[in-house]
Amino acid sequence: MIQPNQLKLTGYRRPDGRFGIRNHVIILPVDDISNAAAEGVARLIKGTMALPHPYGRLQFGEDFDLTFGTLAGIGRNPNVAAVVVICIEPKWSDLIVKEIAKTGKPVAGFAIERSGDLKTIEAASRKAMEFVQYATELQRVPFPVKQLCLSTKCGESDTTSGLAANPTVGRAFERLLAAGATLIFGETTELTGGEDIVASRCIRPKDRALFQAMFDDYQKLIESQGVDLMGSQPTEGNIRGGLTTIEEKAMGNIQKIGRCKIASVLKPAEEPKGPGLHFMDSSSAAAEMVTLCAAAGSVAHFFPTGQGNIIGNPVLPVIKLSGNPLTVKTMSEHIDVDLTGILRLEMNLDQAADAALRCLEHTINGRFTAAEALRHDEFVLTKLYRSA
Amino acid sequence: MKHSILLHEIDDDVGVAVADLKKGASAGAVTLEGKPAGSVKLRDNVPLGHKVALRDLAKDKPVIKYGRQIGKAVQAIAKGGHVHTHNLKTMRWSI
Repeated sequence: MIQPNQLKLTGYRRPDGRFGIRNHVIILPVDDISNAAAEGVARLIKGTMALPHPYGRLQFGEDFDLTFGTLAGIGRNPNVAAVVVICIEPKWSDLIVKEIAKTGKPVAGFAIERSGDLKTIEAASRKAMEFVQYATELQRVPFPVKQLCLSTKCGESDTTSGLAANPTVGRAFERLLAAGATLIFGETTELTGGEDIVASRCIRPKDRALFQAMFDDYQKLIESQGVDLMGSQPTEGNIRGGLTTIEEKAMGNIQKIGRCKIASVLKPAEEPKGPGLHFMDSSSAAAEMVTLCAAAGSVAHFFPTGQGNIIGNPVLPVIKLSGNPLTVKTMSEHIDVDLTGILRLEMNLDQAADAALRCLEHTINGRFTAAEALRHDEFVLTKLYRSA
Repeated sequence: MKHSILLHEIDDDVGVAVADLKKGASAGAVTLEGKPAGSVKLRDNVPLGHKVALRDLAKDKPVIKYGRQIGKAVQAIAKGGHVHTHNLKTMRWSI
């Protein structure tokens, strides 16, 4: 049985002491109308990546905080070496730059007003070039598993998820937790029917209360819409794969945390304050949830799938695990860890966790995941409500 | 592969088909740990990943999987029958 401490991990040590497993220089637009300039810079300077998105204007309250917190969190993520921030107005880029600068990594902001796209692209490109030359000089160094921040979320689940891929992640999480890693899971609505189990795992009563409040809040939202989420939870893909009810889906979902206890409950995109397993309030939509994990500082992600969710993320490598023989056969280019042996009883969950940890080790050391190789760079902000 | 149905807990009401199963065929059930849980004669075609009733389930009775209630039978389901959205409904979010 592979123990996480036996894994040889290398990464990039960031000025704040955290370790990244990728070394991206990102061009981050604060708002939708700055996407063009950000993409302009990324086209000019090799080794940079723009992260276009559709929001950032006229948001307010909790929705504003979440968008800006997510953007800053992506910049702060240890997989990111340096950041160029571009915004229409200087005030908002300054806000993001200030948050990213707290990590000590190189960051610079550019505003388009009173310059126009072309002058902004030139100035930002000069800075991006400087950042790329800084980043490409950094060397990988060994780091201990207790410095690892890893997340999980499942998608296009089916009954094989609950039997194979999810409990495999659960076993791997149990070992990683014992080795002192920082772990994140979430998917608030998708715990419906197993929420009592999640609540009972919270170590501190205040976290239990917070989790229950977040869970109840989502239930109220669903009820206020006068719907039962049938068709959304479970999804049509889940149903095709044999999942019938949300209770069944939830029981499959929570296999991902094994027997781990929960150290804290986080708001969406909030960085964990220490090691242990953390619950993060989040949607179950794959790209939204994985983006929130990246914003919270996760550097690698276990993504078990049944029917074959193809999601990836620009800064957070996503490792796909599946136990469904039809999916592994028909969508093989998307699957990193083949767990079909579990259904044939040729592989037990401990052996499956070994395979998952071995793939994690390779991914950490630089091997591209299937989603990375296939350019699955879904960067999706969670929008809470209408803008002003 | 001698088994064709897997279950989470030995006392679960339903198990999962690990291959496409044909009506009339006999299917052996085991737990994930490989513990035998009897066999059933299939009353319906059951695709890979879909559930099979391992005993007769009465209408309005909660259905157990993972040792937990995952919904209730909205019609009587006979042993060996396909269990899915046509005969099993959530007990949550009932507006």
